[in-house]
Amino acid sequence: MQTRTEKIRQAAKRVLAEGKADLVIGFREGTVPLKTAPHFARTEAECDLLVWNSHCRLNLANFLPRRKDRVAVVAKGCDARNIVNHIVEKQIEQEQVYIIGVPCEGMVEPALIAEKEGRTVESASETDGRIILKGKDFTTEVDRAEVLRQNCLTCAHRNPSVHDELVVDPVPELEGVDRYADLKDLLARSDGERYEYYTSLVQTCIRCYACRDACPLCYCHVCFVDETMPQWVGKSVDPADVMTYHILRAFHCAGRCTDCGACEAACPMDIKVRQFTRLLEKDVKELYNYETGLSPTDQPPLTVYRPNDPQEFIK
Amino acid sequence: MPAFSPRSRLRYKDDVMSDEFEPKIVAFFCNWCTYGGADLAGVSRLQYPPNFRAIRLPCTGRMSPKFILEAFRRGADGVWVSGCHPGDCHFIAGNLYARRKFTLLHNMLLNMGLEPGRLHFSWISSAEATKFQDVAIRVIEAVKAAGPNERFVKHRIEVA
Repeated sequence: MQTRTEKIRQAAKRVLAEGKADLVIGFREGTVPLKTAPHFARTEAECDLLVWNSHCRLNLANFLPRRKDRVAVVAKGCDARNIVNHIVEKQIEQEQVYIIGVPCEGMVEPALIAEKEGRTVESASETDGRIILKGKDFTTEVDRAEVLRQNCLTCAHRNPSVHDELVVDPVPELEGVDRYADLKDLLARSDGERYEYYTSLVQTCIRCYACRDACPLCYCHVCFVDETMPQWVGKSVDPADVMTYHILRAFHCAGRCTDCGACEAACPMDIKVRQFTRLLEKDVKELYNYETGLSPTDQPPLTVYRPNDPQEFIK
Repeated sequence: MPAFSPRSRLRYKDDVMSDEFEPKIVAFFCNWCTYGGADLAGVSRLQYPPNFRAIRLPCTGRMSPKFILEAFRRGADGVWVSGCHPGDCHFIAGNLYARRKFTLLHNMLLNMGLEPGRLHFSWISSAEATKFQDVAIRVIEAVKAAGPNERFVKHRIEVA
């Protein structure tokens, strides 16, 4: 991780010095432990604040739509796929983006760390796959591999699919993982149990829209939740309104989601919002054999059709 | 016999106000095919139960998941979307784009626990009055079998 931080800083300074971009978007240390914050670096001094660690959970592709300047982005595998998706959806020109690719070994889930270490962590660092937690009167370690996020454990594209440079050598891709094993178990249950499951998932939702704001796909000028004439989504925290919001949010990501997990990372109530998007991601892969953001010449699956698309359910 | 004799009112009660569950179904029909098919079924005197309320669309490509969710949220027991056969779209390919959206939404809602038998899709041309009658009866029977809808419904808040 230390090498990645150093290499990212060097790359960022070089990109700015060579005039390939007006600014570099990356991560800096957060104000609380186990978090990072997005960082916009325009000068050499600002580049020295860039970091890379196991907490770069947000998706920096989120800052690209409608930009007019040239941007370099520090991108892990999923970020790069979302940048490609922005190019596909014509939200930014390919010439405007310089991708500083970071082969990614997964990000960690703070909730899992909290399960292992209940005491308040005041600072954290990491070496050789161990995360060292320091708090008042204690220092302890957890194994990084044991607290990885679920989407990182089953990641299919750890290396950026498209990049202008890589800061370190590519990491081996995971072999033989079933991305949807848990979904298959869920779908084998009765419809009543599945309804219960999804209803209970969003029970604590406070409708803060953090999942929408963290998502690089959500760049509409007027979001459907803000529409008032007509108003399709109720604004209350009534279970039906909350469910409608989550279904529609996920549906808007159909065929576009890279399962980067930024939505879950942003959720203040720790709701597993990916369980909605993954249903669609799985179907898009199985029915239309499409994975988002692998090439800038892709055709998004909902903008095309084939005469023989599956339609068994239509009478 | 006068129009509102006790006898005729009794018959009305027996026929329509029976205790059997009568579902409310929101039906979205494409103007260029199914809506015409329904019209033809009407002038052909083809009988089917009156459980659905038809909403006319310019094309099934106009359908949005918002409409379907809104119908369920407001207490519809079933939703039925019907349009032109693939290849026959008035706008060339509206129904082909719609088909992908329907597939994903249908799978998603079913996976999230909507009972099978609540959400229906069909392709019915304006000449297929008999198919319209047949599908209408099948849709209504399926929704009846599923019973009153309790899922994805916005319930009235209960206050003491």
